[in-house]
Amino acid sequence: MRVLVMVKASKESEAGGLPTAQEIAEMGRFNEKLVEAGVMLMAEGLHPSSKGVRVRFEGKQRTVIDGPFAETKELVAGFWLWQVRSMDEAIEWIKRAPLFDGGMEIELRPVLEMDECGAAATPENRERVARMHEKLAKD
Amino acid sequence: MTTADTHRTIEAVWKIEAPRLIAGLARMLRDVGQAEDLAQEALVVALERWPVDGVPDNPGAWLMTTARRRAIDLIRHHRMRDDKQAALDYELQPDAMTHAPDHADALDDDIGDDLLRLIFTACHPVLTREMQVALTLRMLGGLTTPEIARAFLVPEPTIAQRIVRAKRVLAEKQVPFEVPRGEELAPRLASVLEVIYLIFNEGYTATSGDDWARPALCEEALRLGRVLAGLAPREPEVHGLVALMEIQASRLHARIAADGAPILLLDQDRSRWDRLLIRRGLAALERAEQLGGADGNYALQAAIAACHVRALHAEDTDWKRIAALYARLAEVAPSPIVELNRAVAVSMAEGPEAGLRLVDALQKERALAQYHLLPSVRGDLLCKLGRREEARAEFERAAAMTGNARESEFLRQRAEACVER
Repeated sequence: MRVLVMVKASKESEAGGLPTAQEIAEMGRFNEKLVEAGVMLMAEGLHPSSKGVRVRFEGKQRTVIDGPFAETKELVAGFWLWQVRSMDEAIEWIKRAPLFDGGMEIELRPVLEMDECGAAATPENRERVARMHEKLAKD
Repeated sequence: MTTADTHRTIEAVWKIEAPRLIAGLARMLRDVGQAEDLAQEALVVALERWPVDGVPDNPGAWLMTTARRRAIDLIRHHRMRDDKQAALDYELQPDAMTHAPDHADALDDDIGDDLLRLIFTACHPVLTREMQVALTLRMLGGLTTPEIARAFLVPEPTIAQRIVRAKRVLAEKQVPFEVPRGEELAPRLASVLEVIYLIFNEGYTATSGDDWARPALCEEALRLGRVLAGLAPREPEVHGLVALMEIQASRLHARIAADGAPILLLDQDRSRWDRLLIRRGLAALERAEQLGGADGNYALQAAIAACHVRALHAEDTDWKRIAALYARLAEVAPSPIVELNRAVAVSMAEGPEAGLRLVDALQKERALAQYHLLPSVRGDLLCKLGRREEARAEFERAAAMTGNARESEFLRQRAEACVER
């Protein structure tokens, strides 16, 4: 299974402060372990929300709202995408992450995989199989 | 935390730590079987203590300390035994106790080498392929015996026995805990890659049972491949294998219909292919090629798979290049199965007649006598040429050969479709 691990924004991340060399090194070691264990699929940090926008949908109208956005704790500052065997394993890994402190929360969400969307895909797939058979018969 | 929660935590910790734990212990004891036993014992202690004392802050280090203490007892015991040879053996490996670090973290520098030794030992040629697979999943994947048994649809005692026998063989043959060097490295690495790819394929195309694929095994093999690529980054074929598995796995969800029936490559909805895995696969292929491994067995197979994923629509597929890559693969790793695949590529590039000529040349190939894809491919080509009755007979022959219920059903449907108007 895959898990999206979201690091929430903080005052510092929203201020656009860059991590120190030591912090980069510490996080780098953790990331290395994730790679070595075959867990890491992706890792990205985000610019503060002041550089982001939101696009609001209302009927046919699209409104672009410029950042920054207020609710700091609900904002995402960076994310990992992990390949693990269970949520428990993901939890075990995140517990080992360095640097996070001061009530900071990291949110872990399992990725909805294709085969879990099975019900929605059923008619389409059935049709495809039928089409294929049709094609074979005509050839 | 309830006891059930703690047990789930322990299970997760175990899956993460087991390979490092066993590898570290094997270096101390020079006996992989004993190392695995001691690691299991440490797990049992954790299962007793953690629900009572709480989960330690650094569960990995806790397990290592617990197991290492037992290992040191064992070494002392060996030393005290009235057996001069054992004492001598021990003296020859002084790092076991005197150099054993105090903190598990201090092991980190060497752990990579130990893990690599562990992989090579689990896939050692003195073991049968089945033993290699079971031992690899158990020691490198942290899988339990029931988990392995479920994945391979065999009874638990069978797997348990394979693991016990494998450990015994390793001990009896005194297989050294080391990474092979020089001329020995290439064939030994090939053996490791084969084991990983076999696990992947067992998941990708289940050879028996009703399920078309068991994705968990694919994920496990991919994980092992990625780990190996980190441990042996200069080996092009490791990256070639990872590339091949990443690209094949990208199609995992698109190749099975909601009702469980297989969907052929050219009929798959390409929007359902996993772009992230494709990107990772192409990157791994590039690394293999940069390291001078473009002509490797796995790299060539990955390059072929890459041709498919680079085409946004099935009709855009570069079949000429695929046919050329198969021709190269047939030189590097000649096999009737490669030849059969080349025939399919040639039929797509030059037309069904050209393909059929190659397939017909394979009819007497003994290695393919029981291979259902030979009549299946032949049936497909005959069908395209309008030779429907012959095609139906081939599909029926193929259906009778496969052990996979889903695939058999699919082939029977194709047999019927041949003659329907």
